[in-house]
Amino acid sequence: MTFDLFVLPFFIGLLFLVAVLVIKYSRWIALMDAPDRVKAGMALFSVNLLKSLREVFLESLLHRKMFKRNALLGYMHMSFALGWFLLIVMGNLESRIYSGGHINPPYYPIFLKFFIHDKRVLPFEIFTLPGFFRFTMDLLLLYVLSGLVLALFKRTRSKWFGLKRTTKHNSFDRWALTSLWLIFPMRLLAESFTAGIYQGGGFLTNTLGSFFALILPVQYLAYPAWWAYSTMLGVFFVTLPWSRFMHIPTEIVLIFLRNAGIEPGKYPGSFSEIEIRSCPRCGVCIDVCQMNQVGLTGSTAVYFIRSLRDKQPDISLNANCMMCGRCLEACPVGIDTLGLRVGARNVDNKILASDFSYLPARQETEKNVDVVYFAGCMGHLTPAVKRAMLQIFEAAGINYTFLDEDGSICCGRPLKLAGMKDAALKLVAENTSKIKRTNAKILVTSCPICYKVFNNDYKLDGMQVMHHSVFIDKLVEDKKLTLNPLGIKTVYHDPCELGRGSGIYEQPRHVLKQISEVAGVTEERANALCCGGSIGELNMSATQRNVIRDNALNVLCEPNPDILVTACPLCKKTFGPGSGTPVLDIAELVAESMNQEKPALKSKTIVEV
Amino acid sequence: MAKHVVVIGAGPAGLETSASLAKFGFNVTLVEKEDLSGGHLKKWHALFPSLMPGYEALDNIRKGLNPSVKMQVSTKITGMEAVNDYFTVTGHNGWQAKADAVVMTTGFQLFDAHRKEEYGYGIYENVITSADLEELFASGKELLNRHGRKPERIGFVHCVGSRDEKVNNLHCSKVCCITAVKQAIEVKQKLPDAEVFCFYMDLRMFGRHYEELYKEAQEKYNIQFIRGRLSESTEDQDGNVVVKVEDTLLGKPLRIKTGLLVLMVGMEPRANTRTLARRMGLKSVSDGFIQPVDEVLHSNYTEIPGLFVAGTCSGPKSIADTLADARSAAFAVADFFKK
Repeated sequence: MTFDLFVLPFFIGLLFLVAVLVIKYSRWIALMDAPDRVKAGMALFSVNLLKSLREVFLESLLHRKMFKRNALLGYMHMSFALGWFLLIVMGNLESRIYSGGHINPPYYPIFLKFFIHDKRVLPFEIFTLPGFFRFTMDLLLLYVLSGLVLALFKRTRSKWFGLKRTTKHNSFDRWALTSLWLIFPMRLLAESFTAGIYQGGGFLTNTLGSFFALILPVQYLAYPAWWAYSTMLGVFFVTLPWSRFMHIPTEIVLIFLRNAGIEPGKYPGSFSEIEIRSCPRCGVCIDVCQMNQVGLTGSTAVYFIRSLRDKQPDISLNANCMMCGRCLEACPVGIDTLGLRVGARNVDNKILASDFSYLPARQETEKNVDVVYFAGCMGHLTPAVKRAMLQIFEAAGINYTFLDEDGSICCGRPLKLAGMKDAALKLVAENTSKIKRTNAKILVTSCPICYKVFNNDYKLDGMQVMHHSVFIDKLVEDKKLTLNPLGIKTVYHDPCELGRGSGIYEQPRHVLKQISEVAGVTEERANALCCGGSIGELNMSATQRNVIRDNALNVLCEPNPDILVTACPLCKKTFGPGSGTPVLDIAELVAESMNQEKPALKSKTIVEV
Repeated sequence: MAKHVVVIGAGPAGLETSASLAKFGFNVTLVEKEDLSGGHLKKWHALFPSLMPGYEALDNIRKGLNPSVKMQVSTKITGMEAVNDYFTVTGHNGWQAKADAVVMTTGFQLFDAHRKEEYGYGIYENVITSADLEELFASGKELLNRHGRKPERIGFVHCVGSRDEKVNNLHCSKVCCITAVKQAIEVKQKLPDAEVFCFYMDLRMFGRHYEELYKEAQEKYNIQFIRGRLSESTEDQDGNVVVKVEDTLLGKPLRIKTGLLVLMVGMEPRANTRTLARRMGLKSVSDGFIQPVDEVLHSNYTEIPGLFVAGTCSGPKSIADTLADARSAAFAVADFFKK
């Protein structure tokens, strides 16, 4: 007997799911341009595939990043993913014992214990092939069920799992979740009842089955239990493409496309759809979001992505994001939350009317320069930073020109972050021609915001772009600058756009360590906090920004430094007015250090503030 | 025995409160952290709207002080405690007093203009504050910029550190608008050929004769009032301060080269006042000034019986407002002792 009517809910559900996935994926992939499709195709037959498979194994099955966050959380996710995966693989192998090695219809391994009734396994029989499988399959089922128990605990004890706040799911997701959760207990009951009738099953199903047989009419209960099991599977498969569990198949596609080198931001409506559906709504991004501190919880990445998926993005909520990238850093799936956000902000795209004629004409310099310096708008709002940089150029004997000395136009990044892509492109084009005309080899900027956009969006024909902290580090390494220790304690604040945004963590610290004692804080480097002054945020009030600023300052000033050092004029401008500890840019401290033979800045314990 | 009242801070508010309290016949000790009374007024050249010299105003206030008022100068208050029905007040130098009532007249501190880095105070030599300008006026020296040149153009920036949430000050400092008008006129009197610009958000000419003075500044002295907040300033090679500002009435960005830029710094609660208030358990509000029981009906009373406030420690005030508030505080103390 290899068929029974009860397999139909499962079987129909599975066929439906496969059909939906094939249609959806092909539609999204078809929307990509031809070279990228070829790229994706080629990647299937290259070492890229191995890389992707490795990533799928580590992340989608083992949930490595979840483990790093919290062991219990990692175990819970792994038991569902790896446990179920192994149940499918092992079940398939087991079923072949009984079909003489042939491939069976998909439902057959799933419901094998309905069709095959072996006798009870004696302990020594575990070393026979059927015995081994019976034991392993029971063990795997127990493994998945242990995850289910943890998942139930997580509802009320999320702190054990390292989550202060968890995702608030909508009712559709709750239905899908319930069907998923019921699959495994149903399987346990169905297999145990059958084992009870035939005295078969492994250590788990046999024990339970024997017990049930004593107290329940298992001969009448087994068949309905198989129906229930099949129905739960069917319901889950049918709801899956519209629930958060769509992430299970989609994440694999995402990993594959990403490793094939296709830019996620390039395809709103296709690749972005794959990213959006890869979000499991695990809620890891919720706790790391600083917007919680001012009660702005509606725009957290998980809810923002859900609103995109539901095709109901809320423009005002979408504006509530500092674009600090903490969610991106925390996301176990690596979804480009910032790219999606900017993409969604593009609906507001406006055209820039100005032709920049208000700017004074820049006098073209005859001389050839090595370095072109761009202070940026924020650099101009912190004249001490600008002045320090000019002192450093002079001291190091750099042949430079100050591009925006008499004013400038913006680098374009704020407009880009606001979703005004076309206006940003106009600024980029204008600045690009200005920068290129200097014929310099290196473009140095004081502002990490400018740095990021110069690096990512400008085509500068091989001109090297450097943030001033990196440039200073190079000057010191090349012995063009001599620094003197200042005898003070500092804390370094990683600006979002420089740290998480551009991966620059070490060079500023390397410089600072030569002139001060650098104390560590609890949240730094990739986990650094946003200062609250973000230009990516479009809606927040000054009062709310001040709350975020003050909380960040509390973390940063915890080691009681003499100076809080940052490498971003905007962070400096934000922190400065709210900080009891003096806030300086790294360039200012370096200028101070190279000007002084003896320490100029005394320890806070001596100076009365 | 006559009641003993300690008044903390010998600025205009403290002097006037002490004078009035002495007239009621109380024993008064006036404590001052500096070696001389007068507070900010000591350094202030002239008062709006009449241009009365600051020293003349101060002399008159000091004259009201009865010799029975005990002056305790060079004493910084470090502690105060309410014990049963009296207070013990302690100074940094070991001075201590038992008081039946205390009046806090601790005043304000000027906003530290370094905190608005974009304006360039402490970075560009020719950026000064309104207080620096008063000192310059008071010195009687010729009005030159820091490079020893007569400025051809002078800019006044209103609301520096006031009405600015970015520096945690949402409040209006009340007196800077009219002070800027006054100082602009004084500059014009000294340098009739200079062009004078005032960059403002709103002009709050709330006091008697203020509006007249503002009108005079425009009509008689040809002072230019430009509505727009300064965005930033830079320095050119000659040491001039180049300001960027948007004229929000014309809707146009401007760049103006000034020989001297004056920042109208606002009033902030003193850091020490905040500490003292916190230690005494006084209600704190977001602007940091001491909160009286009721701003309209009981502006001198605090939550603690026997502890009173007067002057700018409970919010920005002009000298005239401060003196009236001080006399009112003395009356409140007398009333308190009657009960």
